[in-house]
Amino acid sequence: MTGLNRRQVMMIGAGALAAVTIGASIGPAEAANDSQDLINKFTGGKTATEGKVKLDLPEIAENGNTVPMTVTVDSPMTEQSYVSEVLVVADGNPRGGVATFRFSPASGIAEANTRIRLAATQNITAVAKMNDGSFFTTTKQVKVTIGGCGG
Amino acid sequence: MSVKPRIKLDKKEVKKGDLVEVKALVSHTMETGQRKDAAGNTIPRKILNKFTCTVNGKEVFAADFEPAVAANPYIQFKFKATESGPVVLTWTDDDGSKIVGEESIKVS
Repeated sequence: MTGLNRRQVMMIGAGALAAVTIGASIGPAEAANDSQDLINKFTGGKTATEGKVKLDLPEIAENGNTVPMTVTVDSPMTEQSYVSEVLVVADGNPRGGVATFRFSPASGIAEANTRIRLAATQNITAVAKMNDGSFFTTTKQVKVTIGGCGG
Repeated sequence: MSVKPRIKLDKKEVKKGDLVEVKALVSHTMETGQRKDAAGNTIPRKILNKFTCTVNGKEVFAADFEPAVAANPYIQFKFKATESGPVVLTWTDDDGSKIVGEESIKVS
């Protein structure tokens, strides 16, 4: 410890404290997770309105390796008004993207079900893009007991 | 790699305008690119990144998958029956190879 005086030790302590505070202010989303960027890219900066989109996920997932997920969007699915795309992101995975579903009036209904991986307890967000350029969104938290991204 | 997807339609003879539900499962490790092998080397990403379903050549549903989609990806969706014909499901791998499955529907 030679050459490390009391002031330097204090500074290291303060730095560590600052790092913890910054980490806490970000919340559950890790700094490296790009889920918000993906949403911004998807909406082109527009704000998505809460509603119309429904995410069906278990409240507690015992195994994060395979979590059933159903996303439904309330829309007539006619040539005049339909859902064109739905983006699903997870804010606690190493990467934010989960899946993108593409619909058309030929789909008849905007509903899709798949199984996803969740590394930890986190929020899942679905953003639906309508053919008129409006966006709707919903978020749901899933508690994960065993993560799904480890080796 | 000759993987045979398992595809199930809830009905094969439908009235025009009815919704047909498709359930499909395909064997694939969906390697995330995040895991490391015993020697500490990253196992390269290898997933099915794209899925499409066409009926009579027209796309009715498609999806882009990220590594967060579970191994042996399962997909379930519906489409509106308008004409008889082949229902073709295609998964595209990161390496460009494709897994294709086919069913058919009769619309009256």
